Amino acid sequence: MNGLEAFLLTVIAAATPLLLAAIGELVVERSGVLNLGVEGMMATGAIVAFAVALGTGSPLLGALAGAVAGAVVALPFVFLTQLLAANQVASGLALALFGLGLSGLIGEGFVGQPGVRLARLDIPGLSDLPLIGPVLFGHDVLVYLSFFMTAAVAWFLFRTRAGLVLRAVGMNHHAAHALGHPVRLVRTLAILFGGLMAGLAGAYLSVSYTPQWVEDMTAGRGWIALALVVFATWRPLRVLAGAYLFGAVWILGLHAQAAGYGLPPQFLSALPYLATIVALVLISRNRILTLMNTPAMIGQPFMPDR
Amino acid sequence: MRTTLKVTLAAVALAGTLGSAQAGEKLKVGFIYVGPIGDHGWSYQHDQGRLAIEKALGEKVTTSYLEKVPEGADAERALERLARSGHKLIFATSFGYMDSVIKVAKRYPDVKFEHATGYKRAKNVSTYSARFYEGRYIIGKIAGKISKKGMAGYIASFPIPEVVRGINSFMLGAQSVNPDFKIKIVWVNSWYDPGKEADAAKVLIAQGADILTQHTDSAAPMQVAEEKGIKAFGQASDMIKFGPHAQLTAVIDNWAPYYIQRTKDVLAGTWKSKDTWGGLAAGMVKMAPYTNMPEEVKKMAQETEEAIRSGKLHPFTGPIYDQDGKLRVKEGAVMSDKELLGMNWYVRGITDKLPK
Amino acid sequence: MMSMITLERRPAPSRLWSLGAPLLALALAVALSGVLFAALGHPPLRALYVYFVEPLTSWWSLEELAVKATPLLLIGAGLALAYRANVWNIGAEGQLIMGAIAGSAVPILWPDWNNPLAMAAMLALGALGGAAWAAIPAFLKNRFNTNEILTSLMLVYVAGLFLDWLVRGPWRDPMGFNFPKSVAFEGWHVLPTLSGRVHLGFVLALLAIFGLWLMLSHMRFGFAVRVQGVSPRAARFSGFSASAITMRVMLISGALAGLAGIGEVAGTIGHLQPAISPGYGFAAIIVAVLGRLSPWGVLAAAFLLALTYLGGESAQLALNMPAKVSQALQGMLLFLILGADVLVNYRITWRSGRDEKREEAE
Repeated sequence: MNGLEAFLLTVIAAATPLLLAAIGELVVERSGVLNLGVEGMMATGAIVAFAVALGTGSPLLGALAGAVAGAVVALPFVFLTQLLAANQVASGLALALFGLGLSGLIGEGFVGQPGVRLARLDIPGLSDLPLIGPVLFGHDVLVYLSFFMTAAVAWFLFRTRAGLVLRAVGMNHHAAHALGHPVRLVRTLAILFGGLMAGLAGAYLSVSYTPQWVEDMTAGRGWIALALVVFATWRPLRVLAGAYLFGAVWILGLHAQAAGYGLPPQFLSALPYLATIVALVLISRNRILTLMNTPAMIGQPFMPDR
Repeated sequence: MRTTLKVTLAAVALAGTLGSAQAGEKLKVGFIYVGPIGDHGWSYQHDQGRLAIEKALGEKVTTSYLEKVPEGADAERALERLARSGHKLIFATSFGYMDSVIKVAKRYPDVKFEHATGYKRAKNVSTYSARFYEGRYIIGKIAGKISKKGMAGYIASFPIPEVVRGINSFMLGAQSVNPDFKIKIVWVNSWYDPGKEADAAKVLIAQGADILTQHTDSAAPMQVAEEKGIKAFGQASDMIKFGPHAQLTAVIDNWAPYYIQRTKDVLAGTWKSKDTWGGLAAGMVKMAPYTNMPEEVKKMAQETEEAIRSGKLHPFTGPIYDQDGKLRVKEGAVMSDKELLGMNWYVRGITDKLPK
Repeated sequence: MMSMITLERRPAPSRLWSLGAPLLALALAVALSGVLFAALGHPPLRALYVYFVEPLTSWWSLEELAVKATPLLLIGAGLALAYRANVWNIGAEGQLIMGAIAGSAVPILWPDWNNPLAMAAMLALGALGGAAWAAIPAFLKNRFNTNEILTSLMLVYVAGLFLDWLVRGPWRDPMGFNFPKSVAFEGWHVLPTLSGRVHLGFVLALLAIFGLWLMLSHMRFGFAVRVQGVSPRAARFSGFSASAITMRVMLISGALAGLAGIGEVAGTIGHLQPAISPGYGFAAIIVAVLGRLSPWGVLAAAFLLALTYLGGESAQLALNMPAKVSQALQGMLLFLILGADVLVNYRITWRSGRDEKREEAE
């Protein structure tokens, strides 16, 4: 295995959970909702996926269960923000707390047990090609799913009527409501989709990335996913690029260390965050671009007034 | 899942009855942990020590703990809470609790405090730690023999003396069998992040390491080693379940003997403030079974372990040069504990720069 | 299903519910946690007592409640002001850290300057450090229209890593065996205490709440903030430009977070170390929102949140209840309070799905 190939493989593994969670949150935010609870949904997805994979012996079933768990744990958030028009920032933070606590509670009996790893989809012949073989083929299904979902979300948002409605709801819910679109139903579905994807991201951690369960194993990835969505100005393909950029910067930092440059590790760890701020500034300097892509209603509750 | 939930419920219920069982004259022993006991690393191992006290002295002792106690303003409250609720022996199991322990101990002169890995003592405050570097010397020697490329990858947490000492000890062990041994170090800036640790492991392998060791808590690097078909050493607990073909041995934190002894001391009224830095001989550091290695390497490891245990061998015996070639320990001399405690330089042969 | 419940905006916020809603939520939370406790095998009444009442039954515990509430009050007051102006500063945690660093410069760099003036300088630098860190997202928002939610959040991580680097490197105690920790603060470098561990910071926190009230109800700037929150376009008629308001509320909330930071370091911890706050900056967001962005609401919410931390601890000890139970419980409690709050502004009515469809089509 040569260096470039190993590097790319490591980046893919680091980027996939970010991408999965961020694509989900992107849809949520496009509908005008800010859900800061990604970390909580991810943690819940991770433990449920781990437990089900271990119990049934099928990591695939585990990943499915993790996705569902991510959506289920988002239900209180849906109830609060959509039915009761509660503040989204605070509800999201509460969801993060709740999900992390719940995952620890469920996971109590699973600490210290090796999990079941998701199988790789090797394609005989193709997987053996030099460089492109291992980089393009031979990943597990969640890696491919992350790419597929990125494309699917891009297609959905910009090529379908339903996607247009979702974006309209996020741009101006009053206008969308006046046109007869069910604002709260659209947002509810978007939040649940976000939960599914965050759950999948968690599942990726516990059945593929590092098949084990330890408390707080999400280690802040939910927050990075949130950053990514804005970094990408709510464009799916840019989320993909951003996730891989984040992953690449992080892995490059590790390489630089192993090569013995003696940089303070704190500086390397701070790089992705600084990069996000810079990118954010560069993007937001272009007002037209920002206006075209920013869900203007983000964070604002909608209540059909009469 | 349902059975696990049931088991969990049963465990909690059992813990509940233990806690409420009336214990008028029983000694109450308290613990504070910095992580969740579900971390399967540092805090988990301390909690294993707590459970060992219950098992050994359950007739005379009850124990309780506070987990996830942050190392800031909350530590003092947690300690005081334990002291106020009648705990007469309190273990504070993280370095960052040091000043809080000293403050609370002043207010509760009749309560005995035990602080892990710190250096401030008082009449009712003892400190204790384990000489993990002894185990790291052994695994260094094993790595020197097993690694075909003569290069190990080291996943490190933070550049504090404890970790630097471990790296040096590992390197000295490896050099004792392979003078040209090389080591690559990655700092993940976390004690505990399975994902990052796995990334670091993969990066180190990509850079040519064919054997991994870690000073972080999760079993993720072991899983990576298992997957890639290379060898690795476990940390904190026996990780053989995570790497049945990969684990050569593990340096295990074993707090149980110390915790039981100190509890007995309090029961007998013989507890005194002291500094304990125990290693293999005291049983505070344990080696997991030597596996996945040829017989002669296994024999060498066992002999080294025995030599350290009996005091015949000290890993930091001179001559030791630092990486700039300066002689730090003279031929035949042994480095003092004080120097070991504050170690902030690399031994010769490590080409990395120590982040400062 | 969804169309079963609809909310009707009340003509004016209900006075009855503005008090009743949190009480209802609390009652619901107590009932639900009772069920949870019972399910986990604890006697529910005793568990509830340990969790919610016991922390209030001793003077020591009340002191500790005040200590825990201090940073939440300081930061919560600042955030309430910022959120009133629709400026979403969610990076208070980073501003807290920078405040702690700036204030600690005095005892670490000039240890011999140890008098009341030095203490005043520490507090001033603390506020300045927090304000400076908050000025970055404010500047980026005003100049480049960059979303402040994200930039302020990103800066939290940067601040944390900067502190980490400082105490492991240049600001490490030279006598401390290379452990990550600064020199211990002594004499006038430690904030004076009132009772137990309650320190000067608590007084400052109460002043901050009072100041918030004064500003919002009696000052022109407070009026401008409220106007900007309701209608950004109208704000300019209040005599302040939108960017001036943004910058000022960020500076104020940053300064208060910075004060909270130096308060933690100089008031309770006594030295600088890698971890100084268990997320007060984020908890204070919840405090501000639970407190409905009002001074007295923030006051109540800060103490309530502090109570759940202390209650969780006493439950761990008395009942061997793991920390994650109280974490999940905290989340649940917040859900309920946030949910019940809707009753203040809305009336809940039930109607069949057909009605709504018809109305939505109108």
